[in-house]
Amino acid sequence: MEYLDFELPIKELEDQLKECILIGEKSDVDVTDTCEQIEKKLNETRKSIFRDLTPWQRVQISRHPSRPYTLDFINNITQDTFMELHGDRTVKDDKAMIGGLGKIGDQSFMFIGQQKGYNTKMRQYRNFGMANPEGYRKALRLMKMAEKFSIPVVTFLDTPGAYPGLEAEERGQGEAIARNIFEMSKLKTPIITIVIGEGASGGALGIGVGDVVYMLENTWYSVISPESCSSILWRSWEYKEIAAEALKLTPKDMKRMKLIDGIIREPLGGAHADREKAYRSVEMAIIKAYTELKKLPIKKLVEKRMDKYANMGEFRG
Amino acid sequence: MSLWFKRKDKGIQTSTDEKKDVPKGLWYKTPSGKVIDSDELRDNLYVSPEDGYHVRIGSAEYFEIFFDNNTFKELDEKLTSKDPLRFVDTKKYTDRLKEAYKKTNLYDAVRTAVGKSLGKDLVIAAMDFSFIGGSMGSVVGEKIARAINYSIKKKIPFLMISKSGGARMQEAPLSLMQLVKTSAKLAQLAEAKIPYISLSTDPTTGGITASYAMLGDINIAEPKALIGFAGPRIVKDTTGKDLPEGFQRSEFLLEHGFLDKIIERKDLKKQVNLYIDLIQNLPIRK
Repeated sequence: MEYLDFELPIKELEDQLKECILIGEKSDVDVTDTCEQIEKKLNETRKSIFRDLTPWQRVQISRHPSRPYTLDFINNITQDTFMELHGDRTVKDDKAMIGGLGKIGDQSFMFIGQQKGYNTKMRQYRNFGMANPEGYRKALRLMKMAEKFSIPVVTFLDTPGAYPGLEAEERGQGEAIARNIFEMSKLKTPIITIVIGEGASGGALGIGVGDVVYMLENTWYSVISPESCSSILWRSWEYKEIAAEALKLTPKDMKRMKLIDGIIREPLGGAHADREKAYRSVEMAIIKAYTELKKLPIKKLVEKRMDKYANMGEFRG
Repeated sequence: MSLWFKRKDKGIQTSTDEKKDVPKGLWYKTPSGKVIDSDELRDNLYVSPEDGYHVRIGSAEYFEIFFDNNTFKELDEKLTSKDPLRFVDTKKYTDRLKEAYKKTNLYDAVRTAVGKSLGKDLVIAAMDFSFIGGSMGSVVGEKIARAINYSIKKKIPFLMISKSGGARMQEAPLSLMQLVKTSAKLAQLAEAKIPYISLSTDPTTGGITASYAMLGDINIAEPKALIGFAGPRIVKDTTGKDLPEGFQRSEFLLEHGFLDKIIERKDLKKQVNLYIDLIQNLPIRK
């Protein structure tokens, strides 16, 4: 397990607790009380740290190296029914964008999401979760397949951005994202979108137009990452914390501005602290959302989706 | 040293047509040199247990793999070719057909059938490479079109198992238009929202990839199958370049975005039916 700077007091107490348990096992000393005390303190520390996270700290948690990624969520909530499907039918199978069919209970869903890797090799293999145009085109192909067979779509957003590469531009990164936004706005099947990590700009939005859009508690969603914003507007990377504050990128801010539909609570200490709990929360959120969405006739569903986005924006006059 | 033992002509002289299939009870040698007992090979669905090599098999074997208890009803069994162009190459087309009938006991290069797979109806069209290289002429096109009609009428998912060198030259332009006939039928199948699974096996080339093999709701393939439009030799001769390792094999196609999945023969039945259940939102059959 890796720890962020502000998580270090937690690490310290966790180590103490481990040691305490070990002593209890190895010797005759009764350590029950001590262990309980440490555990209590650990909980309190967790609570106090996670109660008032700054926007920048949330950004850090959204990138936590131990955080569950798209395939972790999918594999876990679909049990052993997930069938991954590959390819854009044009140039490549993009490893940064994954998709496929799986069941929650009796219901089939088409799952799509950006995928990050856990170690250096896998991070490179997944291109750090940065999709190329073929990734967005694969996603669209799968969404169209879902639409054809009236299967609802669930997308998981977790990307530092669409890949800013030479070939990506040659193959039309902008066009690919635009096409997806266009097609998703009128897709004739329910779409549930969940930001599970980083929701960076168009790269995230390229699979992020939904009837309901949720954010996990410790994620961010904005037009740019705080670092890039800092470097463009302040001409230095040093102002990322201020930028994170200014961008209003937290789930609470996004909800207040009515740009998302809800926030999914994470276990104390973040999704990585209790993965199982995080999976169940996401599964419940999907089931709940779909139960509501499936009541609407498709025409009404699409109208509502269009209206929702038509109402976004603040202006005078 | 007697000249008796010296080879007069270099290379293999036996033509493809004259090649003998390995009789039962003997041994089979895979391309990597592994030797397997024929019975053992058959019991393993014609996949080498030594190196996973998928031996080419025909419609009979695929029907047995997919249909429960090998029970199925064959469709349009006795459709046979005419010789509309009175085509003659090194042989007359009519003679070539006669030889193929005799050698394979088949009426043409595809067989179509309906039967239960994991307890539910499935329409399958499976090609036979042994019949004039699995080439697609009027009969192949018509039988596939009729099988798709059957799928549409009865609302049964359609599985196409391709194994072919391409369009049949002996029916020239008529063969070419089978690309349209089959693709247009598939468009109707798509309109009816009935699942279409395209399985490419070794080899699937030429006009087959330019029509039904690439049009599945999902395209799947057996491992290491040759799949491509222009054959590797043609590509090499035209471009003058050496071809990369694994060029036009299943894994190459997966990497380049044209396949959804590579599935080993032993998993085909389960995986195809899993897809059908998932995409139709039905309970998953075990």
